[in-house]
Amino acid sequence: MAADSNNTILVDGERIDLRNRTLAAFLAWLVPGAGHFYQRRYTKASLFMVCILSTWILGFALGGGHVVYASWVSGDKRWHYFLQAGVGGAALPALIQVNRMKKATDPVSGQTAKQYEPLWGGFMAPPLRPVRENQADEVSAWYARRGAGYEMGTWYTVIAGLLNILVIYDAYGGPLSVPISGRRKEPKEDADSADEDAKEEST
Amino acid sequence: MLPISPTYLLYYLPLIIAIALVFGGTRHENTQLILHHAWQTGRWITSFMGVIFVVICVLDWML
Repeated sequence: MAADSNNTILVDGERIDLRNRTLAAFLAWLVPGAGHFYQRRYTKASLFMVCILSTWILGFALGGGHVVYASWVSGDKRWHYFLQAGVGGAALPALIQVNRMKKATDPVSGQTAKQYEPLWGGFMAPPLRPVRENQADEVSAWYARRGAGYEMGTWYTVIAGLLNILVIYDAYGGPLSVPISGRRKEPKEDADSADEDAKEEST
Repeated sequence: MLPISPTYLLYYLPLIIAIALVFGGTRHENTQLILHHAWQTGRWITSFMGVIFVVICVLDWML
């Protein structure tokens, strides 16, 4: 991959204008594939959008709509959210919900107020407080209701977020130059002729 | 032999397709090369997981 000062790179024999790389990366984070649409890389944009959003939506459905939420309180440190947030806009409602939950929770007792009502029917809302390990609470109810689906849904959404990080990089800097599969094998004839050339040079 | 229902393995299919295509897409620009790379990635991950599966099955049988 070669790049010049005009943000134009050459990949697989195709010349690509990355345009404003920072804006493209931001758009790619906000909506998977949007950065590539901005760069007029339509095929890849569609590919990323379909793959990542379908993985995200499938995971969300498998988990009964409760696998994506933000929470960092004792007994419920939802570290998965940091990875799920890789898909950007789709995960942002969780921040609104957690802020609302925080306001409705007593800081001393850690108990959610009885009059608390989450927005949008509980979409991406954290579980009612308190959440304590080894005790029945809303999280354990979600697990009980969905079984393995809750766990799988969590991983699907986490993986979707992680995949979008690769996409953000691609929007910013173009395709990774080293194939994940490792070394590229040279054709045998080329390798043999290269050996012969080397011998001739040495003599 | 499996402690879970084999249908759970179906969870693997959409994931491997999405992962392989995104991996291919972030390494090439040409569609044919993307698909080729995705196929290789999918095959490699499946083989790797298959080997781990066989090792675990053998260990389970031996112990």
